[in-house]
Amino acid sequence: MKKYKFIVTLLGITALLASCGNQGNGSSNGALSSSAAEKAYVAPGEHDEFYAFMSGGYSGNITVYGLPSGRMFKEIPVFSQFPTSGYGYSEETKPMLETSFGFVPWDDSHHPDISQTNGELDGRWIFINGNNTPRIARISLSTFETEEIIEIPNSAGNHSSSFITENTEYVVAGTRFSVPVPQRDMPINEYKGNFKGALSFISVDPEHGHLDLKFQLIMPGFNYDLSHPGRGKSHGWFFFTTYNTEEANSLMEVNSSQNDKDFIAAINWKKVEEYVKNGGGTLMPAEYAHNVYDEHTHTATSTIRKEVLTVNPLDVPGAVYFLPTPKSPHGCDVDPSGQYIIGNGKLSADLTVHSFDKMIAAIEGKKFDGEAYGIPILKFEDVLAGVVKSGGLGPLHTEFDGKGNAYTTFFISSEVVKWKLGTWEVLDRQPTFYSVGHLMIPGGNSAKPFGKYVVAMNKITKDRYLPVGPEMEHSAQIYDISGDKMELIYDFPTHGEPHYAAGIPADLLAPKTKKIYRLTENKHPYAVLNPADARVERDGNEVHIYMSTIRSHFTPDNIEGVKVGDKVYFHITNHEQDFDVPHGFAMIGQNTSELLVMPGQTKTSVWEPKKPGVWPFYCTDFCSALHQEMQGYVRVSPASSDLPISFSLGD
Amino acid sequence: MKKASLIMIIGPLFLLGLYAFPLWNIVLGAPQYPEPLGMNIHIDGIRDMNEFDLQNIDGLNHYIGMRTLPKPEDMWEFSTFPLVIGGMVVLGVIIGLLGYFNKVSYKWFFGWFILMSILGVLGMYDFNAWMVDYGTNLDPNAIMKLSNPDGTPMTYSPPLFGKANMLNFKVTSLPSTGAWLMFVGMMLTVVAFFLGWKNRTPTKTKDLTNLAGS
Repeated sequence: MKKYKFIVTLLGITALLASCGNQGNGSSNGALSSSAAEKAYVAPGEHDEFYAFMSGGYSGNITVYGLPSGRMFKEIPVFSQFPTSGYGYSEETKPMLETSFGFVPWDDSHHPDISQTNGELDGRWIFINGNNTPRIARISLSTFETEEIIEIPNSAGNHSSSFITENTEYVVAGTRFSVPVPQRDMPINEYKGNFKGALSFISVDPEHGHLDLKFQLIMPGFNYDLSHPGRGKSHGWFFFTTYNTEEANSLMEVNSSQNDKDFIAAINWKKVEEYVKNGGGTLMPAEYAHNVYDEHTHTATSTIRKEVLTVNPLDVPGAVYFLPTPKSPHGCDVDPSGQYIIGNGKLSADLTVHSFDKMIAAIEGKKFDGEAYGIPILKFEDVLAGVVKSGGLGPLHTEFDGKGNAYTTFFISSEVVKWKLGTWEVLDRQPTFYSVGHLMIPGGNSAKPFGKYVVAMNKITKDRYLPVGPEMEHSAQIYDISGDKMELIYDFPTHGEPHYAAGIPADLLAPKTKKIYRLTENKHPYAVLNPADARVERDGNEVHIYMSTIRSHFTPDNIEGVKVGDKVYFHITNHEQDFDVPHGFAMIGQNTSELLVMPGQTKTSVWEPKKPGVWPFYCTDFCSALHQEMQGYVRVSPASSDLPISFSLGD
Repeated sequence: MKKASLIMIIGPLFLLGLYAFPLWNIVLGAPQYPEPLGMNIHIDGIRDMNEFDLQNIDGLNHYIGMRTLPKPEDMWEFSTFPLVIGGMVVLGVIIGLLGYFNKVSYKWFFGWFILMSILGVLGMYDFNAWMVDYGTNLDPNAIMKLSNPDGTPMTYSPPLFGKANMLNFKVTSLPSTGAWLMFVGMMLTVVAFFLGWKNRTPTKTKDLTNLAGS
C-alpha cells in the first residue's frame, strides 16, 4: 500500500512537471510566459539585427538606431547645421545648405527611403526630403554622410517625398502645398484653378548616385500628401494621395475636408519618361540649388540651376488617372507584390484598398466617372479591391511583413492594427503610446520585407518616461511580429520627431561601412599630406594655416604674425589612419562651431580675431592619454603691427 | 634512391613560400583594439597585418620612446635573407638532382638540413637580438617612462615565441605560413635522408664508387 502511494505521488509530480512544461511552451499572450525583455535584449558587445534610420522631423536630420535594442548609434546631419561635427559651419560643408533663397540652416526632414535593386533593399544610399524649403538629400551608407542635396523648384511643403522606384531610377518628390507655377504676385483667393501641384522625378545615377531633376509633372492644385512606387507588376507607376481637392485656401481644416472622396493619383511615369525622352515637355525658367559633396576633396560645391523641364499631364494621354478614395487619405502604400494600393483615409475608420489589376482593366475599358481638369477619374467601385473595416480611427500609414499581412497605424485610436491582404480581416490590434504616426518594418516599403519587428513612431509622449518639462522627445514602441499576434517588446524615446523610418538588415550594411578616409586619397586643395608641409601663409588679410594633427599634437602649434582684422583659415588634416580616432578643433572666441576631423579628412574653420593677445586652441575630442596636452597658441598683434608670420612645433 | 632524391628536390622548393608568406607574425591586442594590430615579418621586410597597422603600432610606440619599425632599407637582414634562402633552395635542388643521377650520397641530404638548421638558428638569434634592442634601447625623452616593481626601467621586447603582457597590450608572437612551409620543406629533406638511408645497401657501394669516381 505504501508502495502504491509512492508511485501515485510520483505520477502526480510527473504530471505537474509536464503541465508546467506545457504552460511554458504555450502561447506568448500571457504576461507571465512572455519574455519581451529577452527579445529586445542585445547583450553588451553584441550587435543589433537591423539598422533603423529614423527621420528627425524638425531636427532636419536622420538618427540611426539598432533594432531590437532601440539603441541610438548616430545622428547624421542632413538639412540642419550640426555644431557637433561642424557640418554646415565648416567651409567645406556650408555649400550643402545653400538654396535659391540663400543659406538655409534648417529643414524638416520626413521620409527616408533606402535605395533598391529589383525592388529589394541594396543599401547603397538613403534619401530623405526636406519639407519646408523643398529639397531631397542623398546620404552614403558607407560613410553615413550627406553627399548631395538638390532643391525642388515649383514645390512647397515637399511632403509626398522622397520615395524611390524599384531600381532607384528616380527619387520622387511631390508638393503638399500647391502654389502659383511659376511663382508670381497674385491674390490668394484666386487659388482655385490657378495654383498648381508639381510632382518631381529626380533621376539617380546608378554608379555615383548623383541626382538630376529630369521632369516635373504640373498637376491640378490639390495637396499631394504621400506617395509610393508601384512594384513588380505595377512597376512604372507611382501613386500619390491627395487632399484638398476642394482647392480651398483658408481655414483648410474645415474647407478641405468637405469632399466625401479625394483622389489617389496614379502616374504612369514610364509613359512620361518616354514622352520626355522623345523631346516632350516645356523648359521653364527656374532657380534651384544643387549641392554635391565630394568624398575625396572632402568639400561640397553648390551650383544654381536655371531651368526645369515641365510636363502638362494632358499632353501625355494615358499617363495620369485619379482613383477616388474616401476622406482625405494620408498614407499611400503599395503591398510587396505591387497589386494593392492602400489609401489610409485619415478622417475615416476604414482603409480603402485599390487593385492594380482592376485599375488597368478600368483604364482599358475606359470606364471613367468624369474628369478633373481633363484628367480621367476612374469609378470607385471599379478599382476597389476591398475595405478594411478596422474598428480603429484615423488610419495613417501601412507597412507589410512579406507574409501576406499588413500593419496600419491609427492616429486617433492610438493603435497598430494587423490585417490580412485579400480577405481584409483584422487579425490583431495593439495599443501604442500615444497617437502613432508612421510605423516601420525593415524593408516594409519594398518587394522583400523582413517581417520580424514593427516600430511604431508616436506623436505624443506624455507620461511614458521620466518628466523633463514641457518639451519632450517622442516615443516609439517595438513589437515582435514573428508570431500570429504582435507583442510589445520595447519602448524608447526618439530624437526630434521621426515621421518615417527605413530599416535594413545589419549584414547588408555593416560589412561595407567605412572606418577611415585614406590620407593618400585626400584631394582637398588645402590638405597637408606630410607634417613637413604644414605651414602658415599670408595672402593680404587672409591667413591660411595648413595644419596636421596626430596623437597628440597640432603641427604647427605656435603661430605668430596674425593681426586683428585678419581672416584666419585653419585647414586641419587628421593624419590618423586608425579607426575611431578623430581630432577636434576649437579656438577661443570663434564665432562658429568646433570641427571634428575624421582620420584622413581635411576640414576648415574660419576665425576672425578681434583682440590682440595670445589665444589658445585645442583638440575637443579626447584622442589619447595626452589629449589634454593637444593644444596650441596663436599670437594676435594689433592691426598696425608688422610682425611677420612665423610658426613652429617643439622648438 | 630515386624516390628519396625526388623528395630532396621538392623539400627545398617549399622554402620559396618565404617569398610570398610571412615568416613570423606578432599580434598586439588591447581592450581598445578589439581588432588587434599586427605585423607580419617577411624575409624582405616588415609589413602590415591589416592596412595601416605598422603606422598605428609606431603611433603607440612613440609614447614609450621606441624607434619606428625598420623599413627594408634600414636593416641588412632584409636584403641578405632573400639571397640566403634563394641560395639554399638552389643548393638543395642541385643536391637532389645529383642524388637522382646517383652523383652524390643521401648523406648530402642531411648535410643540407644541418646547414639550413644552423642558418635558421642564426636567423632566430639575430631576430631576437633586434627585438631586444628595439624594446630596450628607448628614447630618454619618452613621454611615458615606466619602471618594473624592482625599480629597473621597463622594457618592451616582444617574445620570440608565445604570449606576453606589455602594458595594456597582449602580445602574441608565432611562426607564420612561411615558417611552416619552411618547416615542412626541411622535414621533407630529413625524410629524403631517411629513405636514402633505408635503401642504402643496394646502392651504397655504387654511390661511393660514383662519388670516388667523380
